[in-house]
Amino acid sequence: MAPILQVENLSHIYSAGTPFEHKALDNMNFSVERGEFIGIIGHTGSGKSTLMQHLNGLLKPTSGRVLLDGQDIWSDKKLTRQARFRVGLVFQYPEYQLFEETVYKDISFGPKNMGLDAGEIDRRVRESAGFVGLTEQQLEVSPFDLSGGQKRRVAIAGVIAMEPEVLILDEPTAGLDPSGRDEILANIESYRKSKNATIIMVSHSMNDVARLTDRLLVLNGSRIAMDGTPGEVFNRAWELEEMGLDIPEVTRIFMRLKEMGLPVEPVYTMEQAVSALKQLKGGKRHA
Amino acid sequence: MSEAIRVEHLNYSYPGVDNTPAVAVFRDFNLSIEQGSFVAVLGSNGCGKSTLAKHFNSILLPCGGKVYVCGLDTSDEELLIRVRRNVGMVFQNPDNQIVANVVEEDVAFGPENLGIASPEIRRRVDKALKQVNMYEYREHAPHLLSGGQKQRVAIAGVIAMEPSCIVLDEPTAMLDPRGRKEVMDTILRLNAEKGITVVLITHHMDEAAQAQRVVVLNKGAVVADGKPEDVFSNVELLHRIGLAAPETVELCYALNHEGFQLPLNRLDIEKCAQTLYDAIKV
Amino acid sequence: MLKDVTLGQFFPGNSPIHRLDPRTKLVMLIVYIIALFVAVSWISYGVMLAFLVTCICISRIPLKSILRGMKPLVVILLFTAILNLFFTKGETVLVAFWGIEITLEGIVRAFFMLIRILMLISGTFLLTYTTSPIALTDGLESLLSPLKKLHLPVHELSMMMCIALRFIPTLIEETDKIMSAQKARGADFETGKLMERVKALVPVLVPLFISAFRRADELATAMECRCYQGGTGRTKMKLLRYMRRDYIAYGIGVLLIAAIITLAHFGL
Repeated sequence: MAPILQVENLSHIYSAGTPFEHKALDNMNFSVERGEFIGIIGHTGSGKSTLMQHLNGLLKPTSGRVLLDGQDIWSDKKLTRQARFRVGLVFQYPEYQLFEETVYKDISFGPKNMGLDAGEIDRRVRESAGFVGLTEQQLEVSPFDLSGGQKRRVAIAGVIAMEPEVLILDEPTAGLDPSGRDEILANIESYRKSKNATIIMVSHSMNDVARLTDRLLVLNGSRIAMDGTPGEVFNRAWELEEMGLDIPEVTRIFMRLKEMGLPVEPVYTMEQAVSALKQLKGGKRHA
Repeated sequence: MSEAIRVEHLNYSYPGVDNTPAVAVFRDFNLSIEQGSFVAVLGSNGCGKSTLAKHFNSILLPCGGKVYVCGLDTSDEELLIRVRRNVGMVFQNPDNQIVANVVEEDVAFGPENLGIASPEIRRRVDKALKQVNMYEYREHAPHLLSGGQKQRVAIAGVIAMEPSCIVLDEPTAMLDPRGRKEVMDTILRLNAEKGITVVLITHHMDEAAQAQRVVVLNKGAVVADGKPEDVFSNVELLHRIGLAAPETVELCYALNHEGFQLPLNRLDIEKCAQTLYDAIKV
Repeated sequence: MLKDVTLGQFFPGNSPIHRLDPRTKLVMLIVYIIALFVAVSWISYGVMLAFLVTCICISRIPLKSILRGMKPLVVILLFTAILNLFFTKGETVLVAFWGIEITLEGIVRAFFMLIRILMLISGTFLLTYTTSPIALTDGLESLLSPLKKLHLPVHELSMMMCIALRFIPTLIEETDKIMSAQKARGADFETGKLMERVKALVPVLVPLFISAFRRADELATAMECRCYQGGTGRTKMKLLRYMRRDYIAYGIGVLLIAAIITLAHFGL
């Protein structure tokens, strides 16, 4: 089976031919397998947003191709439109796009645009509301009466309701408090599990991407600088720092421990750190 | 030490809209902030942090009790301008607090409102821009700057009024790590070099860990108040109210559940690594 | 894309025209426009054109930029020219078809109209290209300040203009973002009948208005925090002060309009 998404020699130039010409993507190549959870990291201006908008056909490549299920999404108008539904895109601060009178209506906007029948729309609205932890009563209130974190969950439900095979999120936890962040991440995880969906998440939180993703793409200067498992990527911590990116604190602590002479392997999540230290201590005791 | 801000028996409720009852935020709330200190205020969404901040410069007025800023009563209308020039405010969204479309014109906005003479405004604007390292950008258009740069312009706009205290309401929430660092470095420098009192409201524990004092709010009440090392060592309390401790402390805390006996007040990486090293070597 | 709109953009620079007081430039533009409408003959147009070209050269604004700014106005220009071409009555009929006559007078008049509008727009562009929006607002406020005596809210108006200028790029960017977000949910802005297209804008306009109100609210709070209390007691960092070059410019302005009026008096 072909990978769900393939990006081939993708380049994008903004305002070509003017003094404001700017190359946002420079010959990118990668593919995404079904069911993968991919994290994209890179500082502002590295091309993350531009890349995301290519994956669901919002932006047209200046050169190169984006293949969805093996088909070029720009080869046919129908395919382009389908790409919008099969690849769901949640923008940064998505709560600012809510517009309907009730939460229910807002979530149903996407499914309605897909031309589904009323029964199917209803099922999808309720199911996606369930994924993000909204109650039946909340479906009937105005989205503008909800708290910030709840609004964001409504907006995410609006994209999930299209049941995209690939769900892309641009910093879904930006500006939330720690418990709000955890809730949203749990919502995403539950959608992924039940639909076997592919997730691509752009994030500045290294702790989150380290903990959740199977694979990381690091963008720098409009190019893909690294592509690998979190372990492989965070092993190159110095390079990440040079790009102005953070590395998880536990990775930093372990780097320091190694410098101090402890026989530790690099880790990047809390669980790994705990089990590594436990083993080390246990080993000491038995020796 | 004199007090920059003093909150005495503050009561505040948001007035109800269309027959809904008023929502009480603070009941008999007390807090005192020393001149020249750097205080971080933590709390999950809806705990009253922003409401409190708005009391510090008379954007909101107490329903009961008093708030004093440098000894000035914030509810006294006569003192309004003096209160506001003493307490500068920086908000979350940098876009929505920049008034002019040239950086230096925006920084001049505050001093202009105070009726200061032109040459003095020029002097203050240049000084403020240099203090936040944005002097080279003085003739730029704000909308073309990065988030961190915009927020530094907003800070310059506030310090050009030469306040004794600045209150920042989640100034880094919308910024990327690079922008956050720029803003944090600026705030720390202003506090250390100029002695400006800083009240930083934040969701980021690593930022709060850099303060001299951390105040944790929950449902309109102070639930923890002290040095960062002491406040963050109470991990259970933080978890209970939807917050977290810095990763370093969280790691030690998790290890303690696995039979380690580590102190929970090692905030920076160096100290935390040393503690872990000692625990394993023994 | 919406971001590509450059109408009325400011080109920073340091030419004598850039350094003129904004009030001088505003008054000169008015003088120039009056002169354009007084001018009747080839000779007076020649004088005006020479003046304009000299100003553009001094300002060092590339002619290309001025011409590019005209692009969105081509339709209006052509429309005016064609209207004049077809509907000017005259003696010398050159072509006649379907009851429409194209006369020599028509051609001349269409040409004059075209030149007049082109010169009018170029002059205005020269002002906006060489004057920062904020200087322009300050200049307007200062020129209109006598109206304060009549209790007209001159300061408030200029503050509004200043804030509008500040937020136009922000709101354009925001519109782009909201449109993309709704497109990602399958919204279609490009096809359909007029009514459908108008309806399709609701998901863009509602969030845009809500966001604009939120911004306005936050901005008002931020302004209050920075001690804004309206125009009274406010000072300015940059005071407008007339320099030698401004008096010279005014002198040239007087000469220009005198010359054009004299020429017109003699029917030239």
